[in-house]
Amino acid sequence: MERKINLEKANEIMKKHGNNPEKLIEVLSELNSEYGYLPKKVLKQVSKFFDLPLSRIYGTSSFYTMLVTEPLGENIIRFCENAPCHVVGAPEVLESLEKELGIKIGETTKDKKFTILTTSCIGICGVGPVMIINNDVYGNLKPEDIPRILANYK
Amino acid sequence: MALYRAHVIVSIDSFSILKGAIEVKDTLIDKLKKYKLDQEVKVLEMSTLGQIKDVPVILIYPEKVVYAPVKVEDIDEIVEEHLLKGRVVKRLIKELPWLPKKPKLEEARIVLSNAGLIDPELIEEYIANDGYVALGKVVKEMKPDEVLEVIENSNLLGRGGAAFPTGLKWKFTRKAKGEPKYIIANADESEPGTFKDRLILEGDPHRIIEAMVIAGFAVGSHIGYIYIRGEYALVIERIKNAINQAHNMGFLGENIFGSDFNFEIKIHKGAGAYVCGEETALIESIEGKRGEPRTRPPYPPTYGLWGKPTVVNNVETFANVPPIIRNGPDWFKRFGTERCSGTKVYTILGNINNKGLIEVPMGISLRDVINIYGDGIPGDKKFKLAQTGGTSGSIIPESMLDVPMDYASMMEAGAALGSGALLICDETNCIVDLLKPLTHFFNYESCGKCVPCRVGTTKIYKIIERISRGGGLNTDISMLEDISKTMAATSLCGLGQAAAVPVLSAIKHFRGEIETHIFDKICPLGVCKI
Repeated sequence: MERKINLEKANEIMKKHGNNPEKLIEVLSELNSEYGYLPKKVLKQVSKFFDLPLSRIYGTSSFYTMLVTEPLGENIIRFCENAPCHVVGAPEVLESLEKELGIKIGETTKDKKFTILTTSCIGICGVGPVMIINNDVYGNLKPEDIPRILANYK
Repeated sequence: MALYRAHVIVSIDSFSILKGAIEVKDTLIDKLKKYKLDQEVKVLEMSTLGQIKDVPVILIYPEKVVYAPVKVEDIDEIVEEHLLKGRVVKRLIKELPWLPKKPKLEEARIVLSNAGLIDPELIEEYIANDGYVALGKVVKEMKPDEVLEVIENSNLLGRGGAAFPTGLKWKFTRKAKGEPKYIIANADESEPGTFKDRLILEGDPHRIIEAMVIAGFAVGSHIGYIYIRGEYALVIERIKNAINQAHNMGFLGENIFGSDFNFEIKIHKGAGAYVCGEETALIESIEGKRGEPRTRPPYPPTYGLWGKPTVVNNVETFANVPPIIRNGPDWFKRFGTERCSGTKVYTILGNINNKGLIEVPMGISLRDVINIYGDGIPGDKKFKLAQTGGTSGSIIPESMLDVPMDYASMMEAGAALGSGALLICDETNCIVDLLKPLTHFFNYESCGKCVPCRVGTTKIYKIIERISRGGGLNTDISMLEDISKTMAATSLCGLGQAAAVPVLSAIKHFRGEIETHIFDKICPLGVCKI
């Protein structure tokens, strides 16, 4: 279901930054947090504003992990799968997370509440295993912590 | 200015905040007010002291007593005993190896000399610690060529991993034709296990600004960019604040130090892509494009941002510049080995007691780092292997622990120092299981522009994954070697070239263990689910 998309906010954001291509990624990042993802309608508007082909705008949008072109769940879990977390027990925590939500990495729960994604290393390896839910960071995770943490978002 | 009899420093960095540093600080301030000590004792927010396991850290001056980890419940005792009655709270004391009280080994702090000891949000504190002295000297007393000479003579090598001589890079950019020229600080630190740049920027942001302006003066540039990972919110905030303060003081903007030299710095926020740490991909990303590496040559010093001559240096490289200018190249060469001057900042991680950040002279062996700074391996477990330089680094067995860690010696030993991440793994780790996240990482992060990397990273991951499930084929090891060597020789950028390193070094040092998985369908350590 495509929500009705109000372009006013998008225009405002673009106007604030101007149409120097150097600003494109910053604009896309802000639009992404405004709309939760980057809808096609918004990208078309960006293409017009920057006077760049839509393919180029989409190319940039789909390249970076902090930009998404499809709507995701209400809460986005970014799980760190990198080696420093792996050697201190990340696989077991991920298993618990996937079991608890009944989905795998890259998927969204049926009720659209949660999406699990991976994150590249965010450099807090000292407290691994680590995951981020929306903007909250959780470290020193153990498999048994998962239900309690998720309960905060249900 | 008010005078205080004691200063209490609370570590406010990403690790400490996670463990309640803000609450600790607030409780401390409340408690001091309650005892009417708030006019005598000043509470300061600093960044990390290099200690990341036992946080938050409280450091009390003038006694230089360190308490860690401090919980909200401990504050009563610290205030009542230490700050009111002057009695040290013994049970909370933490020894930091580099603090001069009881030096453990020669940890030399050049890059991190201010981190954790000054308030990163106050330019005055940086100035009080020789901040912007180097910039003043450069714009008032030196010619650009003299600056280039000092940097070149110091033998400073790029600290991002490639170890290219910084002086030479600056010189090439100065000589290259084209205007304007650009200075870029690469703070897109994404190598798994690496967070040194974040802690340098969180703890001492002005140092990088000062170094960038010096670089601008030396190469004839007036515009700089700091490319910061989008995930580093605290860094972005502190750099923004530092840029404003530097502007107000006349260290940035027009007529710096009253000279006719102008320099501006812009912040560029990344949006999440490992490959953007590669310098040409980073440049593409600033231009608003997909962060795909360019074919080189031409290199950035001749053809960089918008096709103009550009210096791209790692944050740690820049952090060395002001002290080198202040103290001279010969001072700098006193640290480290003959071929690699200075220090290196390492992040120590994995199965190790004392995880954290250290800065030591080049040439210290990994064995010393593990035993002395890292305080050994937890439990009664034995060392199995280390991976140096992050996920793209080589896997090092016990037999190589005594190689001096500098760029040249490591390369001769067939290993790499890379970004300075040191991942320590004990004997319970299975080599195949470890290769899984490593190869998966490159499979995920390959940008897809060139074929050897795009296809190679996928194939390698599939083979490793299959071996770990007991489905390995007799030909798999030779296949892995073939693909890895092809990738190393033909990939467009460092990502594809380095992706082969962990696989090849794992085969070299742990072939038997991998073969057992393939031929006997057994994981000797019982880690892989076969």
